Amino acid sequence: MGRTSSTKEDAGALFHSLRSAYAATPVNLKIIDLYVGFAIFTALIQVVYMAMVGSFPFNSFLSGVLSCVGTAVLAGKSNFLSPLFAKDLPPERAFADFVLCNLVLHLVIMNFLG
Amino acid sequence: MAAPETSTAAVPTLYTNNTLRNAFGGVLSFFILLLIGVLAFSIRLFSVIKYESVIHEFDPYFNYRVTQFLTKKGIYEFWNWFDDRTWYPLGRVIGGTVYPGLTLTAGTIWWLLNSLNIPLSVETVCVFTAPIFSAFASWATYLLTKEVKGAGAGLTAAVLLAMVPSYISRSVAGSYDNEAVAIFALIFTFYLYLKTLNTGSLFYATLNSLAYFYMVCSWGGYTFIINLIPMHVLLCIVTGRYSSRLYIAYAPLVVLGTLLAALVPVVGFNAVMTSEHFASFLVFIIIHVVAFVYYIKGILSPKMFKVAVTLVVTVGLAVCCAVIAVLIALVASSPTKGWSGRSLSLLDPTYASKYIPIIASVSEHQPPTWPSYFMDINVLAFLVPAGIIACFLPLSDASSFIVLYIATSVYFSGVMVRLMLVLAPAACITSGIALSEAFDVLTGSIKFQLPGVTSNAEVDAGETSSDTSEAQTDEVKAEKPDDTSKNRPSKKSKKKERELAENPPAKATAKAKAKAEKKRLLALPLEASVISLLLLVVLGAFYVVHSVWAAAEAYSAPSIVLTTRSHDGLHVFDDFREAYAWLSHNTDVNDKVASWWDYGYQTTAMANRTVIVDNNTWNNTHIATVGTAMSSPERAAWEIFHSLDVKYVLVVFGGLIGYPSDDINKFLWMVRIGGGVFPHIKEPDYLRDGQYRIDSQATPTMLNCLMYKLSYYRFVETDGKAYDRVRRTEIGKKYFKLTHFEEVFTTHHWMVRIYKLKPLKNRIRGKAKKSKSKTSSTSSSKRSGTKKKNPWL
Repeated sequence: MGRTSSTKEDAGALFHSLRSAYAATPVNLKIIDLYVGFAIFTALIQVVYMAMVGSFPFNSFLSGVLSCVGTAVLAGKSNFLSPLFAKDLPPERAFADFVLCNLVLHLVIMNFLG
Repeated sequence: MAAPETSTAAVPTLYTNNTLRNAFGGVLSFFILLLIGVLAFSIRLFSVIKYESVIHEFDPYFNYRVTQFLTKKGIYEFWNWFDDRTWYPLGRVIGGTVYPGLTLTAGTIWWLLNSLNIPLSVETVCVFTAPIFSAFASWATYLLTKEVKGAGAGLTAAVLLAMVPSYISRSVAGSYDNEAVAIFALIFTFYLYLKTLNTGSLFYATLNSLAYFYMVCSWGGYTFIINLIPMHVLLCIVTGRYSSRLYIAYAPLVVLGTLLAALVPVVGFNAVMTSEHFASFLVFIIIHVVAFVYYIKGILSPKMFKVAVTLVVTVGLAVCCAVIAVLIALVASSPTKGWSGRSLSLLDPTYASKYIPIIASVSEHQPPTWPSYFMDINVLAFLVPAGIIACFLPLSDASSFIVLYIATSVYFSGVMVRLMLVLAPAACITSGIALSEAFDVLTGSIKFQLPGVTSNAEVDAGETSSDTSEAQTDEVKAEKPDDTSKNRPSKKSKKKERELAENPPAKATAKAKAKAEKKRLLALPLEASVISLLLLVVLGAFYVVHSVWAAAEAYSAPSIVLTTRSHDGLHVFDDFREAYAWLSHNTDVNDKVASWWDYGYQTTAMANRTVIVDNNTWNNTHIATVGTAMSSPERAAWEIFHSLDVKYVLVVFGGLIGYPSDDINKFLWMVRIGGGVFPHIKEPDYLRDGQYRIDSQATPTMLNCLMYKLSYYRFVETDGKAYDRVRRTEIGKKYFKLTHFEEVFTTHHWMVRIYKLKPLKNRIRGKAKKSKSKTSSTSSSKRSGTKKKNPWL
């Protein structure tokens, strides 16, 4: 009994500390988090749709899902990792790289969409 | 800056300015790289000089034909091309089954040159594509090794790759095959991966994905990349080297790379559905989990983190087990567990010989012998372990990748001799690192022992201490005692700055003095260093001599033209082209030619006739049909060929001149492959005491089969005794007539023999049981005793 209650209150304390730590992150990063979450949500919707309707134009399905995952990855990397490691690239260069990568990703997706 | 300039400012002495030294080093590196490119190009030109500018072997002829089509008809026709001149009557979808990288590259070069009004023919461009791309590959090796260990190692590795015999063997001028551009793409992709890993820039990650796309376009060996990189990422995670740069290097590559790979028609949806790619997705998930864990760790206190871990582990394990169970069920439901035949034979070397005789029969798929290692990578074979050790001092992300690369490529090269080609760049890189480190130690030792140097040690210390005020970069590598090469004009100055970066300037002088003292104590004796240096140079000389010999003698044969030297000079055997020219001039355009699959590509490319089977070997049953026909008696073979609309049959026979790769030597594969599909062909029928014999001890089945008859028809007329120079014996049945075939052409040295199917007789004499042509009744009764349940009669 004592164990479960302590786990419960541990879990509660955990959530509380997580939430407080997350609330401390700057607003910019929280917006990017929202964007990443939206991208993943869109991917999930596509997967559910495919499960319901069938995967006939498989290339369209693939390109749709991978585009969402791709944008999530590209946007998420800057948020995930800012507490860890400060890149020694100037931020303009980092943004330009980000734009280039997104451009290539969407070019490929539009070609593959069929 | 306490650096005194000397009077001759152009000559770099020990004390010149860092920037001048770097500039000089840069110019020198540029010229060395240019020379390396010229060397790589010219060492592959032996075949053009010794024979002519001709395309070699078998596969390059197919690529040449596809490139011709591309240049004539344009790219849309190429993508949608359905080839009806091969695998008759099935045809082949070229657009969807060929790796387009090589043909598109050569086509682009041809188009570019022609638009600049340089009128090179397609054949010339095809012949010289491989040497050009090997020059690019050596430059890519320089860049790759520079990422790992610095420019000196880079130059050494580039020189080694330019000359390594294994790579030369697949990229001589005329060897117009996928590996010619694929090896360049492989090295370049690895270079961009390491560059992304070292810099953490998304720009290089994009370039990495594009280079990977080029690799997927070029060669089926791209699965090596998409499995090696996830393995390396996993290794980094497990050894605690996770960082944001790793994530940036890997995650965009998986997403973009999978999409780009799915764009190539050959790969298509295999990019997400075959087991060869599952490793990348698995590691993709793992790296996200690890990134998340690090993030959580960063924002929680340690106690809370422990709670989180226990919670997650209990819940996560349950979910994981469920997912893995589903995955295993899915994968196990397919008979090959989702892997393709070739990949399975790499993982289990005995797989092909048990289940897929065609893959087992290709000579390139056999395991290599020990001597072939020394033939193909020569001196590098024992420099590689030294390079592996050098990679560990210090171990960085990039050098751990090199260690993993060499380990896996050594394993795979042991399975299939064709994959020695993937081992070659890894061996060159590690050997380059080893040689460069050895040179560092030796030249540093020499430098410290030269008279007049001891007083300058303090000046150097002063110089380096003043450099500490410059940019402080990341962690200090472990101090190596061999980090002393100051007279090396390229890279070591930067390393020195990094090494002393964190010493505060106040203690710099004292510490640097102690350092210099320590270095002097660790220097090797002068004579030993000089002699070792000379010995290393001699080692390099041996390597060069061997590589040039291998390129000139061993790997330059076009195998469509043969030469021998005898006491009366040089004999040239040009029989193959003679036969194809005869075919193209004396037969109708729509005539079908049947031969063993080795010669399919050459026949369609040079003779321009429709063939039944060719080197693509995608349809085992069709090949088995041809194999059965070759192993059957004349009448049954005639039936089979007639049902396929074949007009001409082509056999290669080496008995007159001693050419060992003729069809009689390949006959065992015809029997095996045919017998694998049509059970009335039984291998023991052809064997006497477990061996294939064609002399008087041969079995009657063997003496009656079509291959025997077509090879040895009228052979006794050459020397009266019918002595076969390859099998070294007189043949068994010397005097016989052909009933269903007629000989139409035999080349000058009897190497290629072409027969025509005799048409049906108009009148059938005697009892007409079926409306087919009849021979004498005696032969049919003899034949019916030797086989049962022949589906062709």
